[in-house]
Amino acid sequence: MSDPAQDLVLVHVDHHAGAVRTPVLELLTAGRALGRVEAVWIGDAPGADALDALGRHGAAVVHHVPADQGELLPPDAAHVLARLVEEAGAPVVLLTSTFENKELAARLAWTTGAGLVVDAAAVDRTADGRVRVGQQAFAGTWTLEAEVSAPRAVVTVKANAVPAEESAATTPEVRVAAPAPTGTTPLRRVERVERPGSDRPSLTEAQVVVVGGRGTNGDFGPVEDLADALGGAVGATRVATDEGWIGHEAQIGQTGVTVSPRLYVGAGVSGAVHHRGGMQASGTIVAVNSDPEAPIFEIADYGIVGDLTTVLPQAAAEIRRLRG
Amino acid sequence: MKIVVCVKHVPDLQSDRRFTEEGRVDRSQGDGTLNELDENAVEAALVLAEATGGTVTAVTMGPQDAEDAVRRALQMGADDAVHVLDDALAGSDAFGTARVLAAAVRRLSDDAPVDLVVTGMAALDGLMSVVPTLVAAELGLPAATLGAELTVADGVVRVRRELDTATEVVEAPLPAVVSVTDQANQPRYPNFKGIMAARKKPVTVWSLADLGVDPGDVGEPAARTRVVSATPRPPRENRVLVADDGDAGTRLAAFLVENRLV
Repeated sequence: MSDPAQDLVLVHVDHHAGAVRTPVLELLTAGRALGRVEAVWIGDAPGADALDALGRHGAAVVHHVPADQGELLPPDAAHVLARLVEEAGAPVVLLTSTFENKELAARLAWTTGAGLVVDAAAVDRTADGRVRVGQQAFAGTWTLEAEVSAPRAVVTVKANAVPAEESAATTPEVRVAAPAPTGTTPLRRVERVERPGSDRPSLTEAQVVVVGGRGTNGDFGPVEDLADALGGAVGATRVATDEGWIGHEAQIGQTGVTVSPRLYVGAGVSGAVHHRGGMQASGTIVAVNSDPEAPIFEIADYGIVGDLTTVLPQAAAEIRRLRG
Repeated sequence: MKIVVCVKHVPDLQSDRRFTEEGRVDRSQGDGTLNELDENAVEAALVLAEATGGTVTAVTMGPQDAEDAVRRALQMGADDAVHVLDDALAGSDAFGTARVLAAAVRRLSDDAPVDLVVTGMAALDGLMSVVPTLVAAELGLPAATLGAELTVADGVVRVRRELDTATEVVEAPLPAVVSVTDQANQPRYPNFKGIMAARKKPVTVWSLADLGVDPGDVGEPAARTRVVSATPRPPRENRVLVADDGDAGTRLAAFLVENRLV
C-alpha cells in the first residue's frame, strides 16, 4: 500500500465575499492528519487574503475553478469536484457540513464510487490507511466510530469538530482548472437571496451559543444580551421560530441547525428530544428554566431553576463586570 | 399525476434507541414508527394528488415491521404501497438504499410513468439527508431538495428552500425527485375512516429478485462504510442544579469563569 501521508486530500472551500469561511480552516487542519492537503476554490479568483489563510493552514495548492454564474448548484459543483478527484487521484475529499455540501458530497460519492460520511465529529486514519470517523447518533446519546471501506472517502465534517491550527506558512500554488460547467442537471435556480450577515458569530461556528425557547414568551432581549456578553451566537427552539419570534434559520434541532459549541446556554428551553438532537454534543450545557421538571435539566451541567428575565441579565452584567 | 412517496420505519424518538453489537440501528425493540419527517412527505404527496386527481404510492424497504410505515401512509390517504423485503438488504448503506428505492420506482413506472418522487428531509435514525439525492442520481432525475414550500405547475416542480446562508427557489421539469422539510405542511392525522380504509388497501411485497437488483449491490457486504463501534454516551458528571435565590445569575457567571468558558 502507498504511503498514506502522501495521499492527496482535497478540501472544498466555502467562501463568502472573498473570505474563507472559518470551518474550512478546521477542515484543512483535519486534512493535514490524513495526507497532503490541496484546496478547491470555485468562483471568482481567490484574493491574497484568502490564499494566505489557506496557505497558513496547510494548503500547498489551491485549485481555482472559475465560475461566473454565482453559487453553483450542488450537481454542478459535484461535477467539478468529481473531475478534480479523478484527475488528481485524490482518495479523500473533505467538505463542511452544510445542507448544500451534503447534497454535493452525496452526488460526488455516487459519481466516484466513494464511501460517504456526513456530519463527522472527528476524522483520522487507521494504521492500514483507512479513513476513520467519529460521529454522534440518536440525539447525541451515542458515539459511533466508523471506517470507510471503499478506496475513496467523501466526508463532511461538522464545524467545531477540530480546532483550526496553522502549519508552517506556505504560499499556495494556484492552479487554474477548467471552468465550471453549467447544465449538468435540469435543475434551475430561480432565485437566491443571501441572508444578511449579523454582527454575532454564525450559529454553527460559534464557540458559545445562547438559545431562547418557549419560556422567553417572545422576548429575546435577555437572550441576545447574554449572547453579546459572552461573544456568542443566538439560537432558538422550534417553538420560538414557529411563533415568529426569530428567523427560522436560528432553529437548533434535528431538522434545523446542529451546534456543538464549547458552551451552550438554554433559556426557557424545555429540552424536547427534537431540540436535544441539535445540541446534546455541546461541551458544557447550562439551562435556565422556571420548570424544575424540564427535561433539559437531565443533560445540563449547570441548571438553574429560575426566571430567565432576572437570571440572564444578572449573569450578563456580572460577566461584563468580571471582564472589566 | 403519479406520485411515489418513499418512507422509512424508524425507532420511536421517545423510545430507548440503541445500536446492536454490529453497529446497526436496533430495530428489534418493537417500538418502530413511520419516520416523523416522512409524514410531511406523505402530506405533500397527498395534497398534490388531490389537486391533480393523481395517485400516491408509498414505498418502503426494511424488515417485516417496516410494513407499519407504509400502513401509516395508507391510513393518511395513500392509495397503495410497496414493501421491499429481502434478507439481503440488512446493513445497506445510503447507496444500497437508494439503489433499491430507485428500482422500485422504475418497476412502478412499468405501467405508467412516475411523475414525482417525494421524500422527507431526513430519517430521524440516520439523519444523513442524502437518500433523496442518491435516488435522483440512480434514476437520472433532477432533485429539488429541502422544500419548505412545494408547488407543481405546467410540468415543473418548484421548491423554496432555506439553506445555511441563503434562501433559494429552485425548479425542475417532471419527472423529478423532491424532499420536503417539516416546514412544508402540517401532516394530517389519520381519522377513523382512513384507518378502516387502509385495511383494505394493498401492500405489494417485492424481493430484490422482483426488482432485478443484484443482492451483491446492497446490504452489508456492499456498504462503503462500516460502523466499528457504537457506545452510549456516558451521563454527564458533576451536574449542578440550583434554585434561584436571587443571585443565580452571579453564580452562573462565577461557574463560567471557573470553567474558563468566559
